[in-house]
Amino acid sequence: MLRYIVVRIAFGAVLLAVVCTFGFLLVFSGTERVALNILGQSASEADIAALNAKLGIDRPLLVQYQDWVGDAVRGDLGNAWTTTGTVTEILGRRLPVTLSIVVTAAFINALVSALLGITAAVRGGIADRLIQIVSVVGFSIPNFWLGLLLVVVFSLTLGWLPATGHVPITTSTLGWAVSVTLPVTALVLSGIASVSQQVRGAMIDALGQDWVRTLRARGVPEGSICYRHALRNALPAALTVLSVQFVALLGGAAVVEQIFAIPGLGELTVRSAIAGDVPVLMGVIVAMIIVVITVNTLIDLINAWANPKVRLT
Amino acid sequence: MNNSQDLLICDKVNINFGAKQVLRNVNLTVRPGETVGLVGESGSGKTTIGRAVLGIGPVSSGRIVFEGQDIAGVSPNRRTGEATRIQAVFQDPYSSLNPSMTVEDILTEPLVARGMATAAQARMKVKELLSQVALPSNASARFPREFSGGQRQRVAIARALALSPRLIVCDEPVSALDLSTQARVLDLFIALQEQTGVAYLFISHDLAVVRAISHRVAVMRAGEIVEFGECEDVTSRPQHAYTQRLLLAAPVADPVRQAERRAALRALNVPSSQS
Amino acid sequence: MSNHTTEPHRISPLRAAFSNPLGLIASVILALVLLAGLAAPALAPYDPAKVMIFKVNALPDAEYLLGGDGSGRDNLSRLLYGARNTFIGAAISVVVAAMIGVTAGLFAGYYGRSFDTITSWVADGLMALPAIIVLLAFFQALGSSIYLSMAVFGILLSPGFFRLTRSLVRSVRNELYIDAARVSGLGDLRIILRHILLAVRAPVVIQVSIVAGISIVVQAGLEFLGLGDASVPTWGGMLQDAFDNLYTAQQNVYWPGLAISITVASLVLLANSVRDAMQGGMRPRLSAPIQAQSNPVNGSIDPQAILQLRDLVVAYPDRQGWRNVVKGVSLTVKRGEVFGLVGESGSGKTQTAFAVLGLLSAGGRILSGSIRFDGIELAGGDDTQFKALRGRRIAYVPQEPMSNLDPSFKIGDQLTEPMQAVLGLSRAQAKARALELLGRVGLRDPERVFKAYPHQISGGMAQRVLIAGAVSCNPDLLIADEPTTALDVTVQAEVLDLLRDLQAEFGMSIIIVTHNFGVVADMCDTVAVMREGTIVEVAGTRDLFTRPTHEYTRMLLDCVLDDPPVRRYSGVAEASR
Repeated sequence: MLRYIVVRIAFGAVLLAVVCTFGFLLVFSGTERVALNILGQSASEADIAALNAKLGIDRPLLVQYQDWVGDAVRGDLGNAWTTTGTVTEILGRRLPVTLSIVVTAAFINALVSALLGITAAVRGGIADRLIQIVSVVGFSIPNFWLGLLLVVVFSLTLGWLPATGHVPITTSTLGWAVSVTLPVTALVLSGIASVSQQVRGAMIDALGQDWVRTLRARGVPEGSICYRHALRNALPAALTVLSVQFVALLGGAAVVEQIFAIPGLGELTVRSAIAGDVPVLMGVIVAMIIVVITVNTLIDLINAWANPKVRLT
Repeated sequence: MNNSQDLLICDKVNINFGAKQVLRNVNLTVRPGETVGLVGESGSGKTTIGRAVLGIGPVSSGRIVFEGQDIAGVSPNRRTGEATRIQAVFQDPYSSLNPSMTVEDILTEPLVARGMATAAQARMKVKELLSQVALPSNASARFPREFSGGQRQRVAIARALALSPRLIVCDEPVSALDLSTQARVLDLFIALQEQTGVAYLFISHDLAVVRAISHRVAVMRAGEIVEFGECEDVTSRPQHAYTQRLLLAAPVADPVRQAERRAALRALNVPSSQS
Repeated sequence: MSNHTTEPHRISPLRAAFSNPLGLIASVILALVLLAGLAAPALAPYDPAKVMIFKVNALPDAEYLLGGDGSGRDNLSRLLYGARNTFIGAAISVVVAAMIGVTAGLFAGYYGRSFDTITSWVADGLMALPAIIVLLAFFQALGSSIYLSMAVFGILLSPGFFRLTRSLVRSVRNELYIDAARVSGLGDLRIILRHILLAVRAPVVIQVSIVAGISIVVQAGLEFLGLGDASVPTWGGMLQDAFDNLYTAQQNVYWPGLAISITVASLVLLANSVRDAMQGGMRPRLSAPIQAQSNPVNGSIDPQAILQLRDLVVAYPDRQGWRNVVKGVSLTVKRGEVFGLVGESGSGKTQTAFAVLGLLSAGGRILSGSIRFDGIELAGGDDTQFKALRGRRIAYVPQEPMSNLDPSFKIGDQLTEPMQAVLGLSRAQAKARALELLGRVGLRDPERVFKAYPHQISGGMAQRVLIAGAVSCNPDLLIADEPTTALDVTVQAEVLDLLRDLQAEFGMSIIIVTHNFGVVADMCDTVAVMREGTIVEVAGTRDLFTRPTHEYTRMLLDCVLDDPPVRRYSGVAEASR
């Protein structure tokens, strides 16, 4: 068990290192136009050279990389180029906003998918039909279009919910809930489509196993067979797809935050990408990878709990 | 025991999977046209030795000599000459035939792969192979799923016969079959041996099946051959305590005799290793 | 034996797609969208870049059939040209993803070892990256060409193909037909091309369809965020324009979104119909559900009998309607008797046993007949009668010990849970009884087994555990379905001994379902021989072996290989060819 956790964490560390290296080399190799973006198209050669020197991007790429790594391990990700403040500060402001939305979406996804998937597997009938429809519809409607439709219907037409703006959860829980309702809805549909399908499949698989018949033959109540035995066996498959969906949610946040003008990590990424604010982009990558690794490790731990073969070898 | 007229000689074969030794110092010979039965329980290593002879399993040390060539560790596609004349029939006739290939595709594949015939020539041979295993010639255009287990096993035997083998390694070839089918397929094996002079290394967990087809029998346990001798001797007057237990453990279809054997097994009083 | 082997039908994926109405509709829609993209220059009424100032955000009219966008360009023309751009982008990422993923998956799955380990790690790593964020971050480096971004996206999607192909190859690699091909002299490359690609073809087609859908959505997303080439008309770009004008022209939100959704939905439906066809076609069509009818046994209730079956018919639905697997079976099991149910595969012996337990596989029904257990009629009603008896008075020992224990729970949990639920024992009482039973069935270290998970014990031990569980309720009737078939001979003898001893100790009746006449001779008092769903002969065990009356029984007994004559080796009869 301990070995298993250590291996997973080591994997996360290696992943972080590899992605940072590749990411850095790619991101920092596209910095020729940055000075033009910042100074405007009419900037003189001398001004550009001066700015490049100030930003340190006139040095060889590997030297820049060495410096960046040296600072990064101390928690210093540099200064943003197109806004004021250090990257770490900006991330510290932005990350909680995105996390509050993405984690909420992930929980709702897990909850709704579990309900739908289990009902469909155990009872069939309407829930089964519903899941099939949701899986096609949810997959085919892009989250950004759904977001726009929600704005049109619930903000512009009905006027029930705000179209833009974000209230931090620390300011007002209710305000926060109101402000994230539409974004979370837009984000969560495609995830439910795939996770509920997976839950249903895994439950049907588990309920078709030989040991289910044996438990029934011993008089174990149907409720315990479904919700204790089958569910625990179905858990790993469902969690695996949930962790994939979590990654997708992070990506989706970039688009949805743009629509609802939410000052999160996603909106930051889009703005920095267009402006060419390279240090911020690197910061975003680092933050995202750390979040993903943390979530995956958590899910691995739950899997290990559910599956003794993983835990004991 | 090694003799120049032996077709196959396994000489001090050892096989390890990682740190685990699964086969220890195995010596075995098969003469031309002979059936050597290899009997043992799960995990005894009987399948492992079969795969080593076929070249689809590893050999850690020792020699496997076929017609004078050492073929230990040589994979089938790198074998040449007489060594290509070792074929196989596997246990499960459901998974040993590719479900998306017709019987004709299945039977011509070995001939074409070995470059022994063009596709057209190979197709000519299919009819002959099918009649050898008593399947109708119109079987060639059909898929495996259209056949019963026994018929599938006949297709697998026909495939093994395609390259005019000197030796067929049969790994539990009748274990997945029903009783009546099993008897007919065993009869087919015997008839083919009498017609073509092919030798069998016949692997089974079932001592009764092995006794019915073998000339000599080897008994394996935990990676070692504990007894190897004439079929009559091994299956009627076993010397090794394990063989005696194996023999008495299989229930016979006769209530009176079975009651005696049960008593005899209990009397053997072998402290049964916890299963 | 009771296995119903069902095999996947492997037919051409395209034919499969057309075989189902939804698949056909999806294919037609996709073909139309593709055509629209290809023929956009001919079909589009206007140049997609042509600006008409007075048409800014115009509603649909005779000239601009779908209205004008925020710059006064024709929505319909831009939609048609957008289809072209969408398909090129999707094709790029699908091709990149499939080429990388399938190739790596084939080799990783076939060769395993370090290549497999490394590629799996890379795949895991790629899957941990949020694609859109990565593409955004690399936007400056990749430049404004959406196609280059889509190629990079293809790399990020390749783990899907990789994992799929790898797991398919791994499952196929262990099939015996791959071994057979190797023995036939085929090299690795030819085995991969000839045997393995065939098996991965259909699932890869399904995955292509799904991935194409994902690519279309992501591409539109990137364009929506403004990362595309502004001079190229795209669906995502149209949505961006609509978003910028959301407060003045809501109507422009609908068309591009609909175009994306309908195209993607068609891809998903196509994938689903291929998958359905691969899994053996549509669900069985059920003719009108038949209510089970019980035919009460007239008078003749035998007080000596623990179980009486009369004219039992069990059926499963198939494409035509109901297919009977047990066709009018009648038998009587006396109290304290060991009753053998013997037959070949497909004889209906296991289905008869499952019917008595009320545990037929999904879809199975008792169509008619009577099952009377100790005077209680079980057939004809709902499940309540069965539930009241299972695990209390009727117990079950399965064939495959390992697959009949829940791998996620300790042996002890699995033993004590029914004791608490059914017998009403306390936790401590249940544990004490479980330990006692584990000792009784011959396990040397009950404490250790109690705490073990199923994968930590051997098959023989697992079967003893299952027997311990079965007798824990002190049943009147134990149904053992091929209880020793999966075990080694020496273990089989021990397990049969155990069953015999427990039968004597508990005084229960046992029904043993088996294909092995040796087991019958060893254990049974009475035997019923079954063939194709009917009983051909019932007799006392000694009578059956000495004076079989039915021809089929005689044929079966003739096939038993006890003490056949031993063959003589006489050198090679005929020179080998």
